[in-house]
Amino acid sequence: MITHHLSDNLLMAYSAGTLPEAFNLAVATHIALCDDCRARLASFDAVGGAVLDGVLEDETASTTRMESGALAATLARIKTAAPVARSPQRAPQNALLPEPLASYVGGDVSQIRWRNLGGGVRQMLIPTSEHATARLLYIPAGAAVPDHGHRGLELTLVLQGAFADEDARFGRGDIEIADEGTEHQPVAEPGEDCICLAVTDAPLKFRALLPRLAQPFFRI
Amino acid sequence: MNSGQGTEWVILLRKVADDQDTDAFTALFEHFGPRVKAFLMKSGADHAMAEECAQDVMVTVWKKAAQFDPSRASVATWIYTIARNRRIDMLRRDRRPEPEDLNWGPEEEPDQFDVLGLQQESDQLAAAIASLPEKQRVMIERAYFGDLSHSEIAEETGLPLGTIKSRIRLALERLRHSLS
Repeated sequence: MITHHLSDNLLMAYSAGTLPEAFNLAVATHIALCDDCRARLASFDAVGGAVLDGVLEDETASTTRMESGALAATLARIKTAAPVARSPQRAPQNALLPEPLASYVGGDVSQIRWRNLGGGVRQMLIPTSEHATARLLYIPAGAAVPDHGHRGLELTLVLQGAFADEDARFGRGDIEIADEGTEHQPVAEPGEDCICLAVTDAPLKFRALLPRLAQPFFRI
Repeated sequence: MNSGQGTEWVILLRKVADDQDTDAFTALFEHFGPRVKAFLMKSGADHAMAEECAQDVMVTVWKKAAQFDPSRASVATWIYTIARNRRIDMLRRDRRPEPEDLNWGPEEEPDQFDVLGLQQESDQLAAAIASLPEKQRVMIERAYFGDLSHSEIAEETGLPLGTIKSRIRLALERLRHSLS
């Protein structure tokens, strides 16, 4: 049961196509696991449909016309164009990583190329555009994620296990939205090791001395 | 806009998918072509680029017509998503991966009750947006033209999305049920 969802402004920005790639990845992966946010996204797409349909009401756009001959040119292109095959990109039923995350990793969880960060914590950076950073984090059951504040916006999507901080518990499919005001000490629950997708538009600032020294080196 | 407009577009798009009906496509082209072009120009494209990309979008509308699911989107909404994706390519914006899809199998048709309800909700949503206070309506339009960053979009958008969301949610539940 997913209890932590995407915010309206993230869904609207994802619908509008204005988020950095790393955020798009986290939003899309949450939606793959959450039909409630899938339906909310569809309602934000419907707003986009209404904006498109009403765009000529705006006086600066009201005289927009297609070029003469545009219909004929389009129909000519349709005649020669190959039909588009439906390409449902879909992870196998029991996969831990849904699409689109699986494609970014190159398969399911066994394909993740972990790097040790010490204390049993591991990460894999996922290449995306430079505007934000995406990485997978592996936190052993019962271990704490280093105490950190946030300089930008950070989304953390749980894929396996669970973590909890002072206020709330996050299990598979839950997404935590943290910003500058958030300072917390998340701890992975005992039992299953925790795997999550974390994206941020600014480097995290760690409060403990050692992780801060390690920060540039590990790019965490 | 009359209350059955959305359903009319669904019927025309179905004719394109099933019968490769050029007259039906022409009606869709004449309505949506200039709107897609204006949308792309509002998003920062010049006239020539917007014209070319609007034609691309309409070619995609024909080619993907069979993939349109009228229980989850209006035709305007579906064309918006195609135009949005074309705009991301056109302006070389950040890649936008999509969630894995829940496609209808070829043997499964969406529930007609869901289709009718969704089309009516879409028409009502469009009317509600048109009657928003000017300032709020302009903010929403700017967000969809790609003119606002995500941090500039208000956390509470104040949009009346509860009804259409619930309807789509039900359609998804039926789809999940038929897939399992």
